[in-house]
Amino acid sequence: MAETHYHSIRFDTSACHGCMACMRVCPTQAIRVRRGQATMLEDRCIDCGECIKVCTRNAVVPLTASPSGFRRLDYTVAIPSPALYTQFDGDVTPGTILQALRNSGFDDAATLSWSCGAVTHAIELFLSDYHGPAPLISSFCPSVVRLVQIKYPELVDQLLPVLSPREVAARDAKQKASARTGLPADRIHAVYITPCPAKMVSIVDHPGMEASYIDSAVGISDLFPLLAPAIREVQTSGAKVPESETAAGLGWAFSIGLPSTLPAENTLSVWGLPNVLRILDDIDKGRLHRYTFVECHACFEGCVSGALTVENPYVARARALRLQQSLQKRDLLNSDEMRTRHARGEFRTTAPFAVRPPRPLGRDIVAAITKMQERDGIAARLPGIDCGACGAPTCTAFAEDVVGGEAAQADCVFVRQNQLEARLAQRPAPGAAARRRDTVDRRSDDDRH
Amino acid sequence: MTDAEFVRAYEIVGADFTNAGRASTGIKEALKDMGLPSALIRRVAIAAYEAEMNLVMYARRGTMTLHVTPNDVTIDVRDEGPGIPDIQLAMQEGYSTATPAMREMGFGAGMGLPNIKRNTDELVVTSEVHRGTTLLMKVHVG
Repeated sequence: MAETHYHSIRFDTSACHGCMACMRVCPTQAIRVRRGQATMLEDRCIDCGECIKVCTRNAVVPLTASPSGFRRLDYTVAIPSPALYTQFDGDVTPGTILQALRNSGFDDAATLSWSCGAVTHAIELFLSDYHGPAPLISSFCPSVVRLVQIKYPELVDQLLPVLSPREVAARDAKQKASARTGLPADRIHAVYITPCPAKMVSIVDHPGMEASYIDSAVGISDLFPLLAPAIREVQTSGAKVPESETAAGLGWAFSIGLPSTLPAENTLSVWGLPNVLRILDDIDKGRLHRYTFVECHACFEGCVSGALTVENPYVARARALRLQQSLQKRDLLNSDEMRTRHARGEFRTTAPFAVRPPRPLGRDIVAAITKMQERDGIAARLPGIDCGACGAPTCTAFAEDVVGGEAAQADCVFVRQNQLEARLAQRPAPGAAARRRDTVDRRSDDDRH
Repeated sequence: MTDAEFVRAYEIVGADFTNAGRASTGIKEALKDMGLPSALIRRVAIAAYEAEMNLVMYARRGTMTLHVTPNDVTIDVRDEGPGIPDIQLAMQEGYSTATPAMREMGFGAGMGLPNIKRNTDELVVTSEVHRGTTLLMKVHVG
């Protein structure tokens, strides 16, 4: 349980100036600002990337791969998130973007269109035959999976045991490329073009799988400067590009939701982490057992608003809607192929989802009870206004840090002021108090720098 | 050694549906922070939520007090409200006095008290009509 957690984000200490914007926005209270630097509580971070979105100094660095790092590999297939198709101005078709990827150093590029349709059907088929605890929770957003593993470990068995479209697409693309080139599948490198760093977590940690079919991920924002001119080249060359994307594939990129193809009366579609937290809390209380499936996404507007996208998510969403209208409406699904592959279990996860609860307050129940008493005792002496000046996002979180030995009570400006006033009140000599307050104040300034 | 006890009380206001559910969430979070087993937390969470909603729906005000010892998790629920005239009847599955408005909100399937009983190891309900109701629910640790 004390295993270390892989994270797709790190803080650049030379760029961070301790402004606390990330600390305030973190939905799992996984950031503290100490000595003017943001630090991560590794057992709480779910890699959602909200900190990247708010940081104006680029001090939160996603650990995705560099677009130039693939040239020396045998064979690379780029697999773009459908969100990529929404990032470019003008009527750039997915086919054009795929061709531009092939011209930018990738040996091939493959879409998620078949796998998005296939996985949607796989969900329908799985739900029609499911009688376990309800509702099932979608497992395609890696931040949601990690949130369940960390904060709702009692719900891990309700994570949907169906592979994500990106994994199905990567597996199929590797098989195809292997058949075409004669290279063994393990020398074919599948690169996901990702709208968020969290996909790195699903590659490295591969929850629900023995290993991910995807080998690495490149952020859309990193690829953008390379891809934009390559797209213009494809457009001006006048070359005809085949269109293989479908309307179904694009639906996965933005917040219309997957259950639009599932029975609406007993599925829910939830967007944005505050809402996801609320729905998981309700599931935990046994409130939602009449629903069969809950689709949860960490980002409010879906993958088009991921931390590594470049376009305004609402513009991206409108573009996705326009693109959907122009693309093939029918999914490219051969129903027999789909059913055969489903029967073979090809869309099922291959390992259980692990639980990863944070370290409890004490090593056993007696110790935990003592720590909880201490924590509530400290919290009762705090102002309860969650000002954040101590470097923790809430007074409760601060009290927990104090109990854990990570912070001192005097780090709270209110506690410190009370302590100083009490000390001054003990020495009521006229004149002396004012002088002493002056020295104390200067000393506290020094502490901070 | 075993006299360690963590106590935390929550004030609950009748008909406050905006904040309804916060006490049971707080209880659940506290148990998670203490590292109690998931299955136990889930049972307590469901029982606490049912009790909290009963209180919000029927009573004027009340308190829920969480007690955690190394042996038990106990929740003591006390309200000022109409009371339950026939506790035996109220314990039957499907029996409900919920108004149509409560049913519209998804409550009143007559599952409240039976659901609490199912998810606890001990449950004592006492009630005085026109005065209030107390629930003492206990789940054994380990």
